[in-house]
Amino acid sequence: MNDMRPVERIVDTDKPKIAARGCQVYYGENHAIKDVDVDIEDKAVTAFIGPSGCGKSTFLRCLNRMNDTIDVCRVEGDIRIDDEDIYDRKVDPVQLRAKVGMVFQKPNPFPKSIYDNVAYGPRIHGLAKDKAELDEIVERSLRRGAIWDEVKDRLTAPGTGLSGGQQQRLCIARAVATEPEVLLMDEPCSALDPIATEQVENLIDELRQNYSVVIVTHSMQQAARVSQKTAFFHLGNLVEYGETGQIFNNPKDPRTESYITGRIG
Amino acid sequence: MSDATAPATGPAGVRVKKMSLLEQDDRTKRRNAAEKRFQFYGLTAITVGVLALAMLLISILSNGLSAFSQSFVTFEVTLTQEQIADAEASVVKTSKYSAIIKDNFQTALAAQGLADQVSVDDAMGLISKEAAAQLRNVATARMGDDEDVSRSFTFLTNGRIDGYYKGRVTMETAARDSNISPEQLQLADQLREAGLIEKRFNWGFMTMPDASGQRPEAAGLGVAILGSLYMMLVVLCLALPIGVAASIYLEEFAPKNWLTDIIEVNISNLAAVPSIVFGILGLAIFINFAGLPQSAPIVGGLVLTLMTLPTIIIATRASLKSVPPSIRSAALGLGASKMQSVFHHVLPLAAPGILTGTIIGLAQALGETAPLLLIGMVAFVREYPAGPPEGLFDPASALPVQVYNWTQRSDPAFFERASGAIIILLIFLLFMNALAIFLRRRFERRW
Repeated sequence: MNDMRPVERIVDTDKPKIAARGCQVYYGENHAIKDVDVDIEDKAVTAFIGPSGCGKSTFLRCLNRMNDTIDVCRVEGDIRIDDEDIYDRKVDPVQLRAKVGMVFQKPNPFPKSIYDNVAYGPRIHGLAKDKAELDEIVERSLRRGAIWDEVKDRLTAPGTGLSGGQQQRLCIARAVATEPEVLLMDEPCSALDPIATEQVENLIDELRQNYSVVIVTHSMQQAARVSQKTAFFHLGNLVEYGETGQIFNNPKDPRTESYITGRIG
Repeated sequence: MSDATAPATGPAGVRVKKMSLLEQDDRTKRRNAAEKRFQFYGLTAITVGVLALAMLLISILSNGLSAFSQSFVTFEVTLTQEQIADAEASVVKTSKYSAIIKDNFQTALAAQGLADQVSVDDAMGLISKEAAAQLRNVATARMGDDEDVSRSFTFLTNGRIDGYYKGRVTMETAARDSNISPEQLQLADQLREAGLIEKRFNWGFMTMPDASGQRPEAAGLGVAILGSLYMMLVVLCLALPIGVAASIYLEEFAPKNWLTDIIEVNISNLAAVPSIVFGILGLAIFINFAGLPQSAPIVGGLVLTLMTLPTIIIATRASLKSVPPSIRSAALGLGASKMQSVFHHVLPLAAPGILTGTIIGLAQALGETAPLLLIGMVAFVREYPAGPPEGLFDPASALPVQVYNWTQRSDPAFFERASGAIIILLIFLLFMNALAIFLRRRFERRW
């Protein structure tokens, strides 16, 4: 991906994978996300950009209800995945998170073997009938995570012994092993060097074939390189959302323009 | 240019003093001196601590090591079946056995040519009063065998004679002592030369039950060690699961509100409650209310469980807290339930800390005396408790209580026994702490 130009692709825009309407998030008294409406498409990469503390990560964590683990956090509004309200009383967040995988800012492999890291999700969800099938899932996931060739000879080695970039790709492999439909990535490259970043970005582009990918990033270049749609958050508001090319080349909102050109942020 | 000779001034008109790096300014000197002083205080504190520990160990070892060796008198005893039947038929059975020992001892003395030194009764004073009971144990086991018992027996010597070999009793103190005379000590010397009396390692100190104040030589820690082991068993089986379950719930599941805050503060407070208060609580609840037997290891174990729980809960919560939150979010992000994330990932990582906390809690419980006094474990117990689980309800003693008990007896021989018991207690504690370190090393994940 040496091409630095924004990627423009035709995407199927019939039906959004994720639809948020009037989403509000409060941390205690603090109103962190204000009335966000957004449609996230399937088989596309959507980037959330914005200055620190603008709420992009918070909104990302609403999509798989990771905010439920924070006591003071309250989410209002309507978020639907495949037209099902994920904040419905009947929804079990555990089931939702199997469907909406997540990759975190800091690579966080379990202090277990590489194999066990990837096999953990399939194991707890009962995706494999026997050992052979599990082996197959692990290999397929590690291949999708573009790390198979590097680790195939040492699957029993601890996952925490890998380099930072390898660890992050292992975490991505771990996330795709549960066969999610949506993959959320919270600044997946912020702890990586440029070479590892490039590998992960290539990976994200490949993952787009099968998943709806949502990525939070601090790097506008990265958003421009990997995403088809871009959302710009500022002070808890979704300022502008559209095709990545349009956001970067022809922003409608003056705040977006200031941020893109480096005047605020 | 009148100010040409004036000292150079800085940008804001402040006088800048030019300093060489080769000499220290006052500030640096003061800072270095403060650092030196602090290091000196630290070293002094450590030295005082090490000296205190060394003194403690030296005093205990010098007083207590002699408890592990004891002098024994060995001679041939012939016991016919008629004698056994006669003795068992009488009212005071041990006095008959005592007479048998006396006869045989006299024969043994005569064989050495020492029979005319002192009267037979005085010579009997050399042998522990425990000897008759020891002989009776053998006799009852062989009763009805048709065969007469004739073999050499090894009896404990009297505590005073033992004290004479250990330097506790001298000819001068014996002259003033109604229990022993210098003539008896001389006979003991001769018997030792003849090889009838010898000093050797005393396993009985660790296996025999406690003995009355008249026979310190027979007093052992058998019942106390068993009682302490039973109590540790109860504490481990109750405090570990309860403590770990409580900590996991409080740390991982409980909502953070005023109620959990109160619980948290009270757990910390419980750790500071004087242990004797737990003894009163145990007396009121387990003995008076629940009707459990007194002096029983089960009650002691329950009381010590209450006492150990706060320690285990605090240690467990601390080690749960030290597990990085990224591990929890990784598991949750994969669709693991809260419980799966705790039991698959958090708990294994916290295990070394939990184990260390538990063992330290157990070690604390092992050395605890005060609550056991209140639930009757200070009683004089000669009978070994049965095997678990029934034995948990039998009366037993405990190591620290035995130490307390022995220090209160008048015979100086018990002072040596108490120090010996402290050595045993310290060995147990040392072993437990070593185990804690070993487990920590073994289970710590260093990757």
